[in-house]
Amino acid sequence: MRPVKTLEDLQKIREEASRKVNVRSDRTGIRITVGMATCGIAAGARPVMMAILDELEKRNVKGVTVVETGCIGLCKYEPIVEVYEPDQDKVTYIKMDPEKARQVVVEHVINGHPIKEWTLESADIQ
Amino acid sequence: MLYRSHVMVCGGTGCTSSGSDSVADAFVNELKKNGLDQEVAVIRTGCFGLCELGPVVVVYPEGVFYSKMKPEYVPEIVEEHLLKGRPVKKYLFGETVTEEKIKPLEETTFYRKQERIVLRNCGIIDPEDIEEAIAMGAYEALGKVLTTMTPEQVIHEIKKSGLRGRGGGGFPTGQKWDFAYRQKETPKYVVCNADEGDPGAFMDRSVMEGDPHAVLEGMAIAGYAIGAEHGVIYVRAEYPLAVKRLQIAIKQAKEYGLLGENIFGTGFNFDVEIRFGAGAFVCGEETALLNSVMGRRGEPRPRPPYPAVKGLWEKPTIINNVETLANVPAIINNGSEWFANIGTEKSKGTKVFALTGKVNRTGLIEVPMGTTLREIIFDIGGGIPDGKKFKAVQIGGPSGGCIPEQHLDTKIDYDSLISLGAMMGSGGLVVMDEDTCMVNVAKFFLEFLVDESCGKCAPCRIGTKRMLEILDKITSGKGEPEDIDRLEELATTIKDTALCGLGQTAPNAVLSTLRYFRDEYDAHINQKKCPAGVCQALLSYTIVADKCRGCGLCARNCPVNAISGQLKQPYTIDQEACIKCGTCFEKCPFDAVVKA
Repeated sequence: MRPVKTLEDLQKIREEASRKVNVRSDRTGIRITVGMATCGIAAGARPVMMAILDELEKRNVKGVTVVETGCIGLCKYEPIVEVYEPDQDKVTYIKMDPEKARQVVVEHVINGHPIKEWTLESADIQ
Repeated sequence: MLYRSHVMVCGGTGCTSSGSDSVADAFVNELKKNGLDQEVAVIRTGCFGLCELGPVVVVYPEGVFYSKMKPEYVPEIVEEHLLKGRPVKKYLFGETVTEEKIKPLEETTFYRKQERIVLRNCGIIDPEDIEEAIAMGAYEALGKVLTTMTPEQVIHEIKKSGLRGRGGGGFPTGQKWDFAYRQKETPKYVVCNADEGDPGAFMDRSVMEGDPHAVLEGMAIAGYAIGAEHGVIYVRAEYPLAVKRLQIAIKQAKEYGLLGENIFGTGFNFDVEIRFGAGAFVCGEETALLNSVMGRRGEPRPRPPYPAVKGLWEKPTIINNVETLANVPAIINNGSEWFANIGTEKSKGTKVFALTGKVNRTGLIEVPMGTTLREIIFDIGGGIPDGKKFKAVQIGGPSGGCIPEQHLDTKIDYDSLISLGAMMGSGGLVVMDEDTCMVNVAKFFLEFLVDESCGKCAPCRIGTKRMLEILDKITSGKGEPEDIDRLEELATTIKDTALCGLGQTAPNAVLSTLRYFRDEYDAHINQKKCPAGVCQALLSYTIVADKCRGCGLCARNCPVNAISGQLKQPYTIDQEACIKCGTCFEKCPFDAVVKA
């Protein structure tokens, strides 16, 4: 417990605490979905999602929601992670692992540079 | 720990009594079973407002709304929604589910017309975690006031906002504070009136349960403004959940140094204690309340001296209602101009109402002053159930009045309600449909007040009793035309001479029903009929021979053997012997018994 002595102390608590509750108000920013059907989970989607949550928390990223989704029919490319930015085409990352997922958070979500070589477009799906 | 999803389970009194605790427990267990307890948090909140649909659960980040939850639905929701990301439509609130998408709660008609200032955090935060309140900005107004404003500036700001007391009277809050501020005597006291006693009203309870820190912060700001270091919350002991959450909130605020000594390092001290009321209606009256806090008999005393001069322990005291105090931090944070822009010319801001009775969505709502009753009852409340016709809405509790259809489009504020013969009161709204007898309603509220009268002054003790006797006479078919004049005379005398607000407003229910539903009184007295079919003594039950199959069920159940006949032949009721209990009417499987 940290006794509040100044307005700045209060601000600090507010900043930390608001990360806990942001998920309830922010529905406008970036949205990350993780494929969590049987195929996704079997391929290791859960550690991928935990890595994303952990990375977002570690870097104090605001306004990003992480949601799980069902099977999109590309089971062989699971774990699939999709990043939706407002007014932009979604980017679909395939064959994710926790390490790659962390890089997606840093490079794409924070710095705004999608990592092309891991996306569905770059995969040969003919 | 960052959770990707939050399951908000309503922990208000309404949902708790419909079983939200077992729903929350089911979520906790089921999430653990599925290994999701590190990603999905279960949070118990204050009231969402849609008590009719309880227990309610909102899941974020989607913001989707599950209604009428049962523990047995939980495994499916955890597996489908929280594990696989597919909200389970069949359990969602119907209005939020459309062909194309699932709407979040705030896009429903119930929420769209609302403006939530006092209820801003109810249903959004965990009221037992001060950090969640702080995340929403709690105690920032207190910090701002203590570090950058003088008490005069605070009072000026509240005056400019136009905030008026939300407990019923509508006295300007800033002016009240100013009176107490000018008193030289010390110590001074801030008392929070949480003795919410109107039948069917639960606004204050929900604020205390859902956002207790807003009340504490409002009290501390008031304390700084008038120069008080002690605060007392007078809350009824029948509100155990509110008491528990207030106690937790006070404890946490002290631990964080937001109550207690040297707050924000400014040398300002403020402490809050809770005093319990035993639930006497008259103790909501401020002088009776003060007596009760001091351990004396809960009786009012004449004013002046007003509590601002001589209040608790004969010292300067301000008494503000829960909702009033919960508005204060928002006014300080957003500025008096922001607040003054909401509402009508003389009534600023919003008002919380508890919507009950014959309305589809009973619950808790907050609307800007100046919203019409029609919008509240038909848009937000979803209209009258079972296709019945609206008859009247009772506003302001026992002291208020009944407003009929023709005034539904009145913009409600303190003054418009007074001119309609009702009053804002604390915000209870009881909707009545065509099956309601207005004479009976007046009798109900008067009975309540006769019970609750403290007996100190004669007009209230004796006068209300005599009025009730006359109403009894009318509803049992023994009314005379002169009774109306007697009622009116008594009512005006009580209004003019009773000692406190309870007595002075006690005749309102009779007066307002006389004003708008005089024909119903006349029908009771002259034709000995109750048009709504409520007053038992004025009903007669008959059996329609064509519909009667002669099963004999009515005769077997009649407690006074007033029904006779032969099996397979139409039965008849002996009107002399009939006591009009209505048993035959309820028992008949063929609707052959009619009442008129």
